[in-house]
Amino acid sequence: MPDGRLLRNILLFVRLLRDLGLQVDPHRAQLFAQALAQVGVAERSDFYFGARTCLIYRQQDLADFDRAFEAFWRSRFRGGVPLTLPAKPRRRAAQTDPAAGRGPSARIEPEPVQGVGPLAYSAAEALSRKDFAELTAEELEQVRRLIRKTAWRLGEHPGRRQRPGKGRLPDHRRTFRSSLRYGGEPLVWALRQPRPKLRPLVVLADVSGSMEPYSRLLLQFLYGLANGLDQPPEIFVFSTRLTRITRALQSQGAEQALRGVFQEVLDWSGGTRIGEALRQFNLHWARRVLSRGAVVAIISDGLDRGQTELLRSEVTRLQRSCWRLMWLNPLLGSPDYEPLAQGMRAALPFLDDFLPANNLARLEELALQLQDAAARPRRRRGGPHLHAGRFFDLRPGKSA
Amino acid sequence: MGATSTLPLDSIDGLKLALRGQSYLADRGLATALFLALRLARPLFLEGEAGVGKTEVAKALSAALGRRLLRLQCYEGLDIHQAVYEWNYTRQMLHIRLLEARGERAQEQDLFGPAYLLRRPLLEAIDNSDPLPPVLLIDEIDRSDEEFEAYLLEVLSDFQISIPEIGTIRALHPPLVVITSNRTREVHDALKRRCLYHWIEYPTLEREYEILTLRLPGLPDRLARQVTAFVQGLRQLELYKVPGIAETLDWAEALVALNREELEPELVEDTLGALLKVQEDLAALRGDRLRQLLTQVEAGG
Repeated sequence: MPDGRLLRNILLFVRLLRDLGLQVDPHRAQLFAQALAQVGVAERSDFYFGARTCLIYRQQDLADFDRAFEAFWRSRFRGGVPLTLPAKPRRRAAQTDPAAGRGPSARIEPEPVQGVGPLAYSAAEALSRKDFAELTAEELEQVRRLIRKTAWRLGEHPGRRQRPGKGRLPDHRRTFRSSLRYGGEPLVWALRQPRPKLRPLVVLADVSGSMEPYSRLLLQFLYGLANGLDQPPEIFVFSTRLTRITRALQSQGAEQALRGVFQEVLDWSGGTRIGEALRQFNLHWARRVLSRGAVVAIISDGLDRGQTELLRSEVTRLQRSCWRLMWLNPLLGSPDYEPLAQGMRAALPFLDDFLPANNLARLEELALQLQDAAARPRRRRGGPHLHAGRFFDLRPGKSA
Repeated sequence: MGATSTLPLDSIDGLKLALRGQSYLADRGLATALFLALRLARPLFLEGEAGVGKTEVAKALSAALGRRLLRLQCYEGLDIHQAVYEWNYTRQMLHIRLLEARGERAQEQDLFGPAYLLRRPLLEAIDNSDPLPPVLLIDEIDRSDEEFEAYLLEVLSDFQISIPEIGTIRALHPPLVVITSNRTREVHDALKRRCLYHWIEYPTLEREYEILTLRLPGLPDRLARQVTAFVQGLRQLELYKVPGIAETLDWAEALVALNREELEPELVEDTLGALLKVQEDLAALRGDRLRQLLTQVEAGG
């Protein structure tokens, strides 16, 4: 039988299929689990066909199934392998599958659904897909606990420091040392390789009036980031002005202090002036916190009351001075959302990623995204490359 | 205590005067910090925006004190081999070959002796035969990484360096250490705690004028006043990169080279690249704002 994590993912997947309008009986999920015990999870096409065979039984469902399969398993698995675990070598199956080209391209690896702890799976699942703005007080508390438990990891980049290894640079010191054993003949060439470094993260969070439904959890989220990462991120909040809260988040009693900060910021808010806030950031902070190839995440609904032109020019500059620019928009989670607000439209062409952040599941995806962000899209202009295929196609909340 | 026996430097004013002799105008705060660094034999941590004269002061100080200047420029990935010492592998190999030709075998203790040691600034600062301990400038520490910072902390706490093949080398007289930072990164508190700290501000109008006339004797007085006022006005604007004194000097020098006596809008526009290095800043200033600023300068002068 598949292990618990995989089983959970399977159940989530089945639920997703149902949400898409496909008929999947409960016993078919069980069937699939049993099938996996036979075909294993090492080979992508085995997994895909196993799932297809067991879960659907109508030709007209095929297209939807493929789409869902691609989106669900890829978003769950890509970049999700913890670096501390040695990756098992996988051997390709001897026979080539004629349909493999049509199948999904993702490698299949079991990955935990982070944060699903003591709650029963289905309750947690429902909760994780529920829009933050619609949570009851009790659910809010649960989600808070889940957010706190989420494991965040930063992406890495090859640092400038070298360590002994199998890189390309010669290690003269070790080469010479070993040559002494052979009468000064450098028989063994020692090499050095870059020591990986964590990529810094900078978060700019909108706490204006329109973000109010999300701000309670946003606070929790920022707190979790500040204390859960190996390398604390730089965190700023803004409405009509920009405030750095990095230090406040690291101090003791941070939650208390922060609630105060948020209250204060929220009280000022007559609307956001994102362009102005970004300008303040670019002028006074960019030089100090972006110097090491940082990933910048803006969390905002993009409802801007300021000058659109200013927003455009400042976002442009920001993208140029950071490694990768992400925009997390809670409104993006809604199926009907289109980036129509002027500010959002102005910023969109200069973002590397445009992601939803309206429920727990999205935040979990973000956790994976962050690790991924060590790499950068080659094409940076002309809009985010990650909003469409991966998140727009799939709207689990649509019919839920 | 630091080996400062040179007489005129027994007061802050004496030090100020000595620096002035090197064409460096230190304000009271900076002079005091330097004086204390000398007297207490403590490293001095200098912070300030780019171009306010952090590096220059170390140069002027070494010249004024008649001490050698050792400069370590920091960068990301800077390691012991570049900062402290490295073995001269080529020479070691040659030595082995030479002995081989004579039918002898090299002894390890010969190969790892002082003759084969490449001495980098930190080692040189601690182990030297200078009559007066040198000035060690560790420039732009914020560019290095945490690992190097940690190592530096160790060196600065007891002024000794360990080389496995040789042993521990201890400074007879600790060098005068000046560390600078542009604050592109927050330097760890532990390192700062070990140092005296001084934040260098942009100079006041009078001081900047004085600096200009001291450094550029050929600069017409009227132009010097205009340049100073203009740059001071620029610093009030919201710019991505505010010009420092280094830029003021560059600009003034350019104007002298162009044989100009007075600021005019076209002239400023043509030479503005000496002051502002960010395209957005240049674009923002061209045209009306520049004229406004110039009118302001005229009115003030």
